[in-house]
Amino acid sequence: MIEARDLTRRFGDLVAVNRLNLQVPRGQVYGFLGPNGSGKSTTIRLLCGLLLPSEGSARVLGHEVPAEAELLKRKIGYMTQRFSLYGDMRVIENLRFIARIYGLSGSRLRTRIDQVMQQFRLEPLERQFARELSGGQRQRLALAAATLHQPELLLLDEPTSAVDPQTRRDFWDALFALVEDGTTILVSTHYMDEAERCHRLAILDQGVLVADGAPVELMASIDCRVVTVESERPRQVQQLLSADSRILSITQLGSRQRVLVSRAVTEPVERVESALTGAGINADCREVEPSLEDVFVVVTRHSAAGRGEG
Amino acid sequence: MLALQRLLAILYKEVLHLGRDRLTFGMIFGIPMMQIILFGYAINTDVRELRAAVADQAGTELSRQLQSELEASQVLRIGLRVAAGSDLQRLLDEGQIDVGVLIPPDFGHRLQQDGRPAVQLLVDGSDPIILSTARSLTAMPFEYDTRPRQEPETRLFEVRNFYNPERRSSVFVVPGLIGVILTMTMVMFTAVAVVREREGGNLELLINTPVSSLELMVGKIVPYVLIGLIQVTLIVLLGALLFHVPVNGTLADVYLASLLFIASNLGLGLMISTLVGTQFQAIQLTFFFFLPSILLSGFMFPFDGMPQVARWIAEGLPLTHFVRLIRGIMLRGADLAQLWPEVLALLGFFLLTMGAAVLRFHKRLD
Repeated sequence: MIEARDLTRRFGDLVAVNRLNLQVPRGQVYGFLGPNGSGKSTTIRLLCGLLLPSEGSARVLGHEVPAEAELLKRKIGYMTQRFSLYGDMRVIENLRFIARIYGLSGSRLRTRIDQVMQQFRLEPLERQFARELSGGQRQRLALAAATLHQPELLLLDEPTSAVDPQTRRDFWDALFALVEDGTTILVSTHYMDEAERCHRLAILDQGVLVADGAPVELMASIDCRVVTVESERPRQVQQLLSADSRILSITQLGSRQRVLVSRAVTEPVERVESALTGAGINADCREVEPSLEDVFVVVTRHSAAGRGEG
Repeated sequence: MLALQRLLAILYKEVLHLGRDRLTFGMIFGIPMMQIILFGYAINTDVRELRAAVADQAGTELSRQLQSELEASQVLRIGLRVAAGSDLQRLLDEGQIDVGVLIPPDFGHRLQQDGRPAVQLLVDGSDPIILSTARSLTAMPFEYDTRPRQEPETRLFEVRNFYNPERRSSVFVVPGLIGVILTMTMVMFTAVAVVREREGGNLELLINTPVSSLELMVGKIVPYVLIGLIQVTLIVLLGALLFHVPVNGTLADVYLASLLFIASNLGLGLMISTLVGTQFQAIQLTFFFFLPSILLSGFMFPFDGMPQVARWIAEGLPLTHFVRLIRGIMLRGADLAQLWPEVLALLGFFLLTMGAAVLRFHKRLD
């Protein structure tokens, strides 16, 4: 479906995407997870031919990119990070415009517009100007416009970055409905809960693919164990534990701390407990299942430390 | 490459934008109306009633007769009378008058002697138009009783004024004004129309659709071609109603010439849009182009007074060719075939800018 080979893109000295190899299977929601500036948008733009790769190439839906990008454009739907329909046009006018651009006409145009309006609950908004829509309504309109021509592949660049949690849930339900109808979806996000809902996931960090696989696989194969520490002196716990080189990360959540311990340590709970009791701190320590966020922290920790955002 | 349906879709969308953008819509009609009224009345190279002062040191019947004849010529309006030549100088320095008339005590005597000027004109020559107007006074005949009426001298030249017998500036200004207004609005509207999509993020979506560069470009300019033609109609109509500017050639030629000129300006606007990133830059570049167009095209100053380099630059500006075309058609009644070099120049300019715009416009972000 999508195959990227050593895809690289530089902007001056900055390597936005670095030798990316990628396989996206058909009929799935494939997620790109990464912090801002990790190369998610650039990758999506490279895959649809909006940007030229500095090195490497990609094959998308059987077309070489960027050479055959124009042929590809008929088969894909693309949703930009920023709302990019026309604010001074009504919902129905925007949809008609995009439908005509994709070559729909006559009864097929009317049928498809009726279908997407129903599918994305746009009927009551038909006569509204796009600029008057709420964030969630805009997302629905943008998704409706991107799917009018029934593309085989949808590329969504952080589609939910500007909407509330309930709207995000609705949006994802709509995505799964599309996948059921056979669409493949490539979606970038920086939300863990969204990433967890993808069939497969690629974690990008500073332009490098640092992990990929199904979310459950990623959590199962994580290179650490997770201990939660409940204490009354979390700051002190933080100080004590961060001295240990086997401890990869400590995250405070209220009075609890989530401690990632290297797999090289066979008894992680004991190790944490002994370090704390040695300093006279009473704490309730127990091992828990790793979450996707833990995976994310572990695979991106080297560069995070380099950025000084540990 | 050019699918009619997509072209029409882009075109219709542009019309929707235009109809809902009241400011732009107002500018389409407001700019031509305001400018034709303003320039039609205000730009007047036929200067009259220069502010003048007289120092009449002769104080004779004859010198008073001279003054009343000067005023009757309407070239001067004598507002002040002073005693000495130095007073005239002072008034000139202070900017109170444009011209000082010094009639010396021996005025009557000097008149009798041929070869000696009888009156001195002190002119503020910093404005060449005032200077040349004052110069025209030197040719004024002055007949006085004590001298027998002269037979008029045989003159070397006789001037016959073609095309504008009443010497009204507006007749000359209005046709060129069509060009000026079109340059201003057409270049800016198209440049902004594309850049606005880039700034608004719409272009990123559009270039990810099957729409081709040519469809996008042509779809964007066609509505403006129509608007340009509406503006032409408005100016020609107002020119005829307010200033009795004739259309001596055929209306078809007026519209054809305007169409060519509109096309070249739209091409330029599109080219500008591929060079800049923001609407502000687009407007800046438009003005960078607009100013030399106004000053060098022959709209304001005669082409004949310009140094060679300025003429070369001017030949590269579409307005220069259009001003020649439209004045030819409207005032001299020429037809397009007679003015073919200008037609060719405009056509070339259009193909060049449009070609550059389509080539430069990539369906990519880098």
